[in-house]
Amino acid sequence: MDVIFELSFIWAGLIAFAVLTYIILDGFDLGVGILFPFAQSKKDRDTMMNSVAPIWDGNETWLILGGGGLFAVFPLAYAVVMSALYMPIILMLLALVFRGVAFEYRWRTERWKRVWDIAFFGGSTMAALCQGISLGALVQGIKVTERHYSGGWWDWLTPFSITTGIAVVVGYALLGACWVMMKTDGAVHHRMRDLAKPLAIATLAFIAAVSVWTPFQNYTYFERWFAMPGFLYTLPIPILLLFTVYMLFTGIARGRDVIPFFAAEGLFVISFIGIGISFYPYIVPPSLLITDAAAPDSSLKFALVGTSVLIPLILAYTAYAYWVFRGKLDPENGYH
Amino acid sequence: MLSSFAAETLARFQFAFTVSFHIIFPAFSIGLASFLAVLNALWLWTGDAVYRTVFDYWKKIFAVAFGMGVVSGIVMSYQFGTNWSEYADKTGPVLGPLMAYEVLSAFFLEAGFLGIMLFGREKVGNGLHMFATAMVAGGTLMSATWILSVNSWMQTPAGFSMNEVGQFVPEDWWAIIFNPSFPYRLVHMVLAAYLTTAFVVAGVAGWHLLKDRSNPATRTMFSMAMWMALIVTPIQIFAGDEHGINTLEHQPVKIMAMEGHYDSHPDGAPLVLFGIPNPAEKRIDYAVEVPKLSSLILKHDWNAPLAGLDTVPDDEEPPVTIVFFSFRIMVGIGFAMLGMGLWGGIQRWRGRLYDTTWLHRAAVVMGPMGFVAVLAGWITTEVGRQPYTVYGMLRTSESLGPVAAPAVAASLIAFIVVYFFVFGAGTFYIMRMMGKYPGTPRLGLRDGPVRAAGITPLQQTHNAHPAE
Ligand code: HDD
Ligand code: HEM
Ligand code: HEM
Repeated sequence: MDVIFELSFIWAGLIAFAVLTYIILDGFDLGVGILFPFAQSKKDRDTMMNSVAPIWDGNETWLILGGGGLFAVFPLAYAVVMSALYMPIILMLLALVFRGVAFEYRWRTERWKRVWDIAFFGGSTMAALCQGISLGALVQGIKVTERHYSGGWWDWLTPFSITTGIAVVVGYALLGACWVMMKTDGAVHHRMRDLAKPLAIATLAFIAAVSVWTPFQNYTYFERWFAMPGFLYTLPIPILLLFTVYMLFTGIARGRDVIPFFAAEGLFVISFIGIGISFYPYIVPPSLLITDAAAPDSSLKFALVGTSVLIPLILAYTAYAYWVFRGKLDPENGYH
Repeated sequence: MLSSFAAETLARFQFAFTVSFHIIFPAFSIGLASFLAVLNALWLWTGDAVYRTVFDYWKKIFAVAFGMGVVSGIVMSYQFGTNWSEYADKTGPVLGPLMAYEVLSAFFLEAGFLGIMLFGREKVGNGLHMFATAMVAGGTLMSATWILSVNSWMQTPAGFSMNEVGQFVPEDWWAIIFNPSFPYRLVHMVLAAYLTTAFVVAGVAGWHLLKDRSNPATRTMFSMAMWMALIVTPIQIFAGDEHGINTLEHQPVKIMAMEGHYDSHPDGAPLVLFGIPNPAEKRIDYAVEVPKLSSLILKHDWNAPLAGLDTVPDDEEPPVTIVFFSFRIMVGIGFAMLGMGLWGGIQRWRGRLYDTTWLHRAAVVMGPMGFVAVLAGWITTEVGRQPYTVYGMLRTSESLGPVAAPAVAASLIAFIVVYFFVFGAGTFYIMRMMGKYPGTPRLGLRDGPVRAAGITPLQQTHNAHPAE
């Protein structure tokens, strides 16, 4: 194995890590927005928003790292994916504009508070939907000829991608509900607990549907999951999933604070690993291998040096920021 | 309607539109973050509550401006791929890592400490809060450094080779990052951000001084801003001049367009103060010129020859009219700022800084001018680089991705509608906050009942009342 091979695989791992971290962190934060209409009072909405206000920007930065990192180390993949997913990406960006500004605007007006509430809900939901659609479209596969995207403008829109889109919305809502349960007491807490169970059931149903559907999108996926040597490697995934599901439901039923949140995040981690197994060794299935799309060695090396120092540092101070704002939120003592 | 334009034109317009909106917010938040760090430090150091009042006032304005900067910035980082995917594929190996470093070393830093800076003083104590504030300021400067390195490399590419698929391959990272125009551009832009902020602060202070000259917080703001104007403007003009000389060396065609030199001048080129470029006839109509001054400024010699656009093939020429005017707007504002700085200095020396009504009125008018200068400066830089995206190496027409005009037109319309709506509202909220005097208990909320500890940070209700 020469160096290029190894470096590009390390980088594929790092990009996957950035995307997963994004999903883990921004998932619940978008979820809080998706659940906004289910809050029963203005005060509950204030509390929900305040539970993510100090950290949302850091969470979203992982999305920039996902995009920026791809541009740096797999420029061809970045170019092809952005062209193929033009519409869902643009819609997601616009949706993020609305929800991002709502964090501040909402506190700056009484008369238009409703408008920014709707912007927060709509933006969060739309962003989640577009992320799910993008994922589905990637799984379906993207047509590439000679370093250019060669499909059409609407290729991303299929029943499968719509399903993955809704799946992500429902899943993020589950994360949001579990987060708010963890961070609050009283009425909001109970409201979220009531929502968590149906959301958990719906999330599982979607995971099941998408898992069954995915192998039929592409024969390699099918082989990976069901043909013999692959099957043995992939076997632990459903087992882990069962354990997580058990923790999630018992956690919700017993009214535990922390366990449901981490179990729900666990669902996402496992699903993400499952998708990773399907994708490998492609970065853009079925056209681009990880090695095809990698930037020259000098780029990969230069970027890796700083990344290996900075990522641990970032994780450390991000953890510190979460630590500072730990524990239950006091609704009488909002951040704003 | 819009879709009758070529995809390239639409994509260029879209990029210019989104980045122009974006730059407005960083220009303000780079300066404001440093200003806040200084205010907080002064408060901790002197214990003077006035600094704290001013800090709390601008902190809220900063939060809104920063939020707008973040969301418009996220759009930028995906713009390269959506419309300019050929560009992304080719320049990614060189520019991608620089942008990744920007995310890792700047954006995470800002975002990680912003929450603590805005909401965490009670939780972490003054010392760590000061640290967080300094980290946010440092993050904005770091961000400017990386992105300007990226932009400068596109203007004066260095340290690379080409591979067989047409990608730029990095050979020497030092040469890439510290490319020939980077130091000049970095200095000029950071000073521009500081000046922009100083003039906004002066404008707001001027507005309140017109109504009430006794508020100590307003007086402090005005005084600090006028010192900045007096000291930084001359430095900025000097830096701009050096920048121009550097551009003459590396992008002479851009200077020809900025100066409006259609013709070559073998013995001393005139400085065109004003005129109207006539691209069809290739001359400047109604030109008001100072003979030989351009040669003096650019070459430090009255009689030095300067080549004109007549030496450049037509398909290498940037759009002269835009560059010519935008450059003059920027320079004009630069000198107006110098005038303000000097005037403020004189009135201060005469002990009348807070009593000169006309000075305060002028400060209000000059308040938004930094933004205009920043935009004009960037338009000069970027339009002057045309018809290339990577100067001399990659044409704009070869940078475009396989996008269909209707798709670009649709997204362009969406951006325009959304940006004007969202950022218009944000600007309105900021202006409304600015309209209240520093120390207002419930800054930023217009009406409605007092929300239990919701809007006003505790400290502001407790100890932020200025001595009146
Ligand atoms: C990182 C790179 C970068 C940065 C920091 C900027 N630009 Fe730029 N700009 C580009 C990268 C770029 C580009 C990708 O290279 C474009 C897109 C199409 C083109 O011709 O160049 C461009 C085009 C472009 C155009 C259209 C020029 C033309 O087509 O004639 C304008 C008016 C601006 N930009 C304005 C700005 C402003 C106001 C900026 C202030 C922040 C700015 N740019 C920063
Ligand atoms: C095309 C070029 C640009 C891209 C792709 C880009 C990208 C971004 C992104 C993604 C953010 C959000 C960061 C966060 O979440 O905290 C951001 C914010 C920021 N950008 Fe840009 N940017 C560009 C141009 C510029 C320029 C020219 C400057 C200044 C010289 C600048 C300075 C900043 C600063 C200081 C912030 C912090 C947030 C703020 O000030 O509002 N950016 N940018
Ligand atoms: C009167 C004095 C000034 C001179 C001579 C001057 C000169 C220049 C020149 C020559 C450029 C183009 C650089 C290129 O070719 O790439 C430029 C760009 C720029 N100017 Fe100025 N400038 C002046 C004042 C200002 C002021 C007052 C501001 C803002 C407050 C400002 C903001 C900018 C910005 C943001 C850019 C684009 C970024 C860059 O290339 O550095 N300038 N300036």
